[in-house]
Amino acid sequence: MGVRAMVGVAVVLLVNAASRLFRRGSGTVAGGRAGLAVDPRLLAKLAQSRHMALVSGTNGKTTTTALLSAALGSTGRRVASNATGSNMPAGHVAALVGGRGAPTGCLEVDEAYLGRVLDDTHAEVVVLLNLSRDQLDRMSEVRMLAERWRGVLEQSTTTVVANADDPLVVHAASGSTTVVWVAGGLEWRDDAGACPQCLGPISFAAQAPGWSCSSCGFERPTPSWVLDGTTAIGPVGRVEMVLGLPGVFNLRNGLMALAGAWSMGVPVEEAAAAMSSVIDVAGRFVDRDVAGTPVRLMLAKNPAGWSALLDTVADEDAAVVVSINARTADGADPSWLFDVDFSKLAGRTVVATGDRWRDLSVRLRYADVPHETEASPTAAVALAGSGAGERVDVIGNYTAFRDLLESS
Amino acid sequence: MSVLRIAVVYPDLLGTYGDTGNGVILERRAAERGITTELLMARSSEPLPEADLYCLGGGEDGPQVLAAERLVADGGLRRATEAGATIFAVCAGFQIIGASFPDAAGNRHDGVGLLDVTTTKGSGPRCVGEVAVDPDPALGLSRLSGFENHGGVSTLGEAAALGTVVAGVGNGAGSAVEGAYRGHVLGTYLHGPVLARNPDLADLLLRWATGSGELEVLDDAGALDLRSERLASVGC
Repeated sequence: MGVRAMVGVAVVLLVNAASRLFRRGSGTVAGGRAGLAVDPRLLAKLAQSRHMALVSGTNGKTTTTALLSAALGSTGRRVASNATGSNMPAGHVAALVGGRGAPTGCLEVDEAYLGRVLDDTHAEVVVLLNLSRDQLDRMSEVRMLAERWRGVLEQSTTTVVANADDPLVVHAASGSTTVVWVAGGLEWRDDAGACPQCLGPISFAAQAPGWSCSSCGFERPTPSWVLDGTTAIGPVGRVEMVLGLPGVFNLRNGLMALAGAWSMGVPVEEAAAAMSSVIDVAGRFVDRDVAGTPVRLMLAKNPAGWSALLDTVADEDAAVVVSINARTADGADPSWLFDVDFSKLAGRTVVATGDRWRDLSVRLRYADVPHETEASPTAAVALAGSGAGERVDVIGNYTAFRDLLESS
Repeated sequence: MSVLRIAVVYPDLLGTYGDTGNGVILERRAAERGITTELLMARSSEPLPEADLYCLGGGEDGPQVLAAERLVADGGLRRATEAGATIFAVCAGFQIIGASFPDAAGNRHDGVGLLDVTTTKGSGPRCVGEVAVDPDPALGLSRLSGFENHGGVSTLGEAAALGTVVAGVGNGAGSAVEGAYRGHVLGTYLHGPVLARNPDLADLLLRWATGSGELEVLDDAGALDLRSERLASVGC
């Protein structure tokens, strides 16, 4: 590492320390940004001597990164990771500086930055989860993202661990030299109705997980990793996954992480055992307390995420607080509320809150879900709990979740 | 009419961001007035079904071209329009029901030609953000609120503008107008479930589709509160 990079690292540490001292955020992104200003090649230099893995996709990035980090650490090696979800280069720099000396790096990467971060880090493994609509006012359209991923991966020798159930991901990975196909599941099919290769109609098999294009024959590749209940079946046999996180979608994330760890040479039994210790992913699914009311906090950012989450909580009858914001990090356009089947909440006590509670309230009205409204999220939790001491389910999109986490 | 048939056109290609919500809103508002309704999700692999009211949503470039080709080849949308059906199209759907529109590379594609509107590739950045529109007084609507996200700019021929832009960009071809309409065909860049914020626009479409002059008043306090708040966010 040259002098410039060493100064860059020092600046990252200094800014992080200063922003912690002055309580201006957790400091990671500010420090990373300052470091990159000193040395634009800082990420490449920090990644140079490490075994690197990247995780990208619309949903499940943070959870899969946490699971893969645990799995990669099962051999006793330290793993540097951006566990807070700061998934752009400034966050990556901060994570690698924070994990100095760790021989392995595991980074969650924003979909739009995958090319740049892969170029810089020369990661051994890239895990691609899924692509669906999210923040269309900020992000490119999903088909364009898939095309860009494909262009980047065609030029790379990285091993791609790719979700065989998502036609857009399969298209993106198909040009790669080494692909490990995983039955990663697909919660949301409405962005994959037109073939990414020829625009023909993709038909999904009613029961089996297969899909194919009736025009050009583009079809689901046979995965080498599949899920059978909670058992992962891979090239080296069966291994049981006992996860501390709820829902089938987290088992799918676990399967992707397991395949990623295996691709980096980690024995699967050790990897699976290490993954079972992950119970708190940046505060998600964790039981907490908001101003005296016990809550289970959950995050859902886009239609695919909401679909998975509403299915997971469907069997319960606890009161539900739904909090929706539309700040920069959420995307300024909450039109997607109409892509979410909120009728699954019918019959429960529902309170609409967040900056955009009015949009949510109108959405719930057309889903025939009776509800109350309360602008303040903490007051909404109190209203839903009504002092009975029963646990309340709280689901928020990105900044709404973050604010509630901070006040719990 | 015994049953009001509402068709969401090609949700597999045109439904980028909550657009199917417009069909749901129209269906609910009709049903709440005791009108028997049928909501059809008309997929692009099937012939377009007959309906009284068709909703078209937004779509990415490739799917948009494919949707236009299939609608032109199918012919059902044009036949339905000539027979008096109501057409409501947002964003890419608005471009599709016009005379022509560009793909990502700027190549011209034929639209269905229900409105005399020509869309070309804009030279500036994409138009993204909140919009406020004062509708054509002939439509008898109050100020409209919506969100736009488009790269193309649209020039009107014979079609009348839906309204005058108060905030945001709208059609983007020089004069500050938004959308277009002619007869019972109405297109707009206010995307997503624009009818959630503008219940009187939803009821205009329902009056066109049912032929009834009056519709029972619904409790729209929530929607009107939402509209006021969104208009206030852009100083209107």
